[in-house]
Amino acid sequence: MAVHEITKQFSLKEALKTFGLPRIIIVLFLITLWVVSMSLEIPFPQLLSDTLVRWGMNGVLVLAMVPSIMAGTGLYFGLPVGIICGLIGGLLAIELNLVGFTAFFAAILFSIPLAMIAGWGYGWMMNRLKGSEMTVATYIGFSIVSLMCIFWAMAPFKSPEMAWPIGRGLRVTISLASRYDKILNDFLSFRIFGIYIPTGLLIFFLGMCLLVKFFFTTKVGIALKASGENPRFSQASGVHVDSMRIIGNIFSTVLGAIGILVYSQSFGFLQLYTAPLFMGFLAAASILIGGASIKKASILHVLLGTFLFQGLLVVSLPVANKVATLGSLAEISRIIVSNGVILYALAQKSGD
Amino acid sequence: MQSSEYVLQMDGIGKEYHGNRVLSGVDLHLKPGEIHGIVGENGAGKSTLMNILFGMSVIQSTGGHEGVVKIDGKPSSIHSPVDAMNLGIGMVHQEFMLIPGFSITENIKLNREQTKPNLVSRVFGKDMRTLDRVAMGKDARQALDTLDMNIDQWVTIAGLPVGHMQFIEIAREIDKTNLKVLVFDEPTAVLTESEAVNLLKAMKDIAKRGIAILFITHRLQEIIDVCDRITVLRDGKMVAVKEQKETSIHQLAELMIGNKVGEVMRSKKKDVCTEPVILSIKNLKVAMSGEEVKNVSLEVHRGEIIGIGGLAGQGKLGIANGIMGLHPASGEVIYEGESFKLNDTIHALERGMAFVSEDRRSVGLLLDSSIEQNIAFTAMQRQEKYLRTIAFLKQANKKEIRSLAQQMIKDLDIRCTGPTQMTRRLSGGNQQKVCIARALCLNPKLLFVSEPTRGIDVGAKKLVLQTLVRLSEDLGMTIVMTSSELAELISVCDRIAIVTEGKIAGILKPTDSQVEFGLMMAGAKDGST
Repeated sequence: MAVHEITKQFSLKEALKTFGLPRIIIVLFLITLWVVSMSLEIPFPQLLSDTLVRWGMNGVLVLAMVPSIMAGTGLYFGLPVGIICGLIGGLLAIELNLVGFTAFFAAILFSIPLAMIAGWGYGWMMNRLKGSEMTVATYIGFSIVSLMCIFWAMAPFKSPEMAWPIGRGLRVTISLASRYDKILNDFLSFRIFGIYIPTGLLIFFLGMCLLVKFFFTTKVGIALKASGENPRFSQASGVHVDSMRIIGNIFSTVLGAIGILVYSQSFGFLQLYTAPLFMGFLAAASILIGGASIKKASILHVLLGTFLFQGLLVVSLPVANKVATLGSLAEISRIIVSNGVILYALAQKSGD
Repeated sequence: MQSSEYVLQMDGIGKEYHGNRVLSGVDLHLKPGEIHGIVGENGAGKSTLMNILFGMSVIQSTGGHEGVVKIDGKPSSIHSPVDAMNLGIGMVHQEFMLIPGFSITENIKLNREQTKPNLVSRVFGKDMRTLDRVAMGKDARQALDTLDMNIDQWVTIAGLPVGHMQFIEIAREIDKTNLKVLVFDEPTAVLTESEAVNLLKAMKDIAKRGIAILFITHRLQEIIDVCDRITVLRDGKMVAVKEQKETSIHQLAELMIGNKVGEVMRSKKKDVCTEPVILSIKNLKVAMSGEEVKNVSLEVHRGEIIGIGGLAGQGKLGIANGIMGLHPASGEVIYEGESFKLNDTIHALERGMAFVSEDRRSVGLLLDSSIEQNIAFTAMQRQEKYLRTIAFLKQANKKEIRSLAQQMIKDLDIRCTGPTQMTRRLSGGNQQKVCIARALCLNPKLLFVSEPTRGIDVGAKKLVLQTLVRLSEDLGMTIVMTSSELAELISVCDRIAIVTEGKIAGILKPTDSQVEFGLMMAGAKDGST
């Protein structure tokens, strides 16, 4: 009658197995680079500060992967769709001449309805392309970026901060210096042992994580998760699987829009034209490094993966510059790591 | 060279899959020119026996088999289908293995093409030779003529009627010059009556040429019509070998089913027909591949346990799946006196039906979610149970779900490490209990249970069946139980409907004789009452 407890013996081997070989390698690689950087007298607190900032600024973009993966539509390679909605929100806030927190939150508010509409359309398309979501998503991302290049060049924005001084259209990068540059980063920020802690940024990032976590405890969230895990099961329980997939993609798109605004305020610029092109791949690589697969992802994967990925990028640039004076070495290593990880994850597809 | 009376001798054949015995001590002896029938229920071991004969990789990769296979008196080791082919064993497949875009001749000669040398082949070897189409066509013609088929040998396969495809498969086999034994695995299942008659005639012709035929079918009438001798398998054992003259359909049916009085689980069965009808099905058709329901009419009475039995592939599983809206269905269904919408799972669940699927792993469970999530899911989504409202959001109520899961674990005796264990890690029987628990959360008035004991061990089987009986007796739940295991239907159900070829062949009482069940399942006309 009683529940039969089967005591599980803790074993190191088992623990390492759940952590995963790729993560072990990457953690070791990161630690090695840290040690090397110290021996090269690169200031370590500076590296850690940069890592924390980049962790927070990229985090929400990586978080955008989660709803899509959970809903069963795979990695959200359509991230540029969300990014573009966020950028439009950001531009509108500048056009209305808003500054500070008002500008930042107004940008988010403007972008959310856009992202919801775009996300619905994107989800609708995913439902018609079951089985090849990720391939098609990649090309949707590429196409939308190119399409928007035309839009940026024709957009009727008047603000002199954004438009080219001569002719029409928007600049390639738009400075946020007089708007909401580092508004989250500097909120309640402080230094400890020479490490800069971007408190506001981290609070915002973790807040978004909690929001997503909360969503997955709601009725809809649970149905969405079940639809991704086993569509036939959900269907047998009377859940509209296709609607759930659309909701997942809307959620991902909204997070993508918010994510780019967080990224931009930290970066100090809104980047238009082809800048969003590869952001989807970087975010995908981050969550995969964190231990997610194309079928399963959690907040922990986001936190861990973004930290490892960004930590690697931050440290590899100065180290590479000191070791070899090849200008593009850091960029090369970043491409190798990110694409290598994506390739690894896709190869695991059939393995689970 | 040693000669032998038998062309094929299989002695003492046995097989275990991961400690699960499926075949033991089977002897099969085949004379040249003999038609030998093999009959048995699903799971009696027929396919395993054939897999051994053909050296299929499922056998090899699970540690081989026991016993000896002798061809022409010589012990032979068959490790792959290619070995079997070289030894002169051929097979006519149930699913046609033909390439639709190729002509009949090309299909017959596939991979055995006659070739002529040419300039290129002299340099690059045999693979570059030209096909000798004339010789190939001649051979194909000859094979087709043997089967009385006056169809052009250069027509492409695509678009030919099913019956023709079957014959082309046969032509391909008899075209092999060394053919000694030809296996027919359920060849008539997809054929019309007249095509089946032709096929049986062709089999006799082939046998006259000295080729031994192994004939596997559920249709006892066909067995009696063409076979010289018949081997009956039951539960992996050889029950009897009979000469055709000495036996009858009745006897075969009885041998096949055996004395299947399972453990009686219920003291008294109800006389259900006096109870009101809760579910009335008329002319139900369900498009479920492999389990198509062609035309089923059935009445289910309140409070009964009605069993749906029959052999695999006859359509018994399609009935529950169709009513629950999981596969496209049409027909007229009346539930509790009101009309019932088909093809609408939500409607079915809201009207108080619940379903435990036969496909536990791909429909019944979220394998990577916890036991408690699995149990509460449907009730949460469809009946708004186990939720609490925060602002305007409905959130899962962890506490309620946890206590529900603990209650179910206790009630159904689910062996686990706790309510948060992933269902993937549970044994088949405990997974099944989780599926049942999920259905019970809905407080259904009508419960469909399909193959409740498939793939679970004996002890767990009994517990699952006892649970069903308890639901019926304590809660008055109406249960429609679909199962391939006749014994368990007999031990639990009030009435048993037998489905053959997508239709209800008849409804029997658990007390009816084994022969009657056997005849009805085998589709013998005189079996219906």
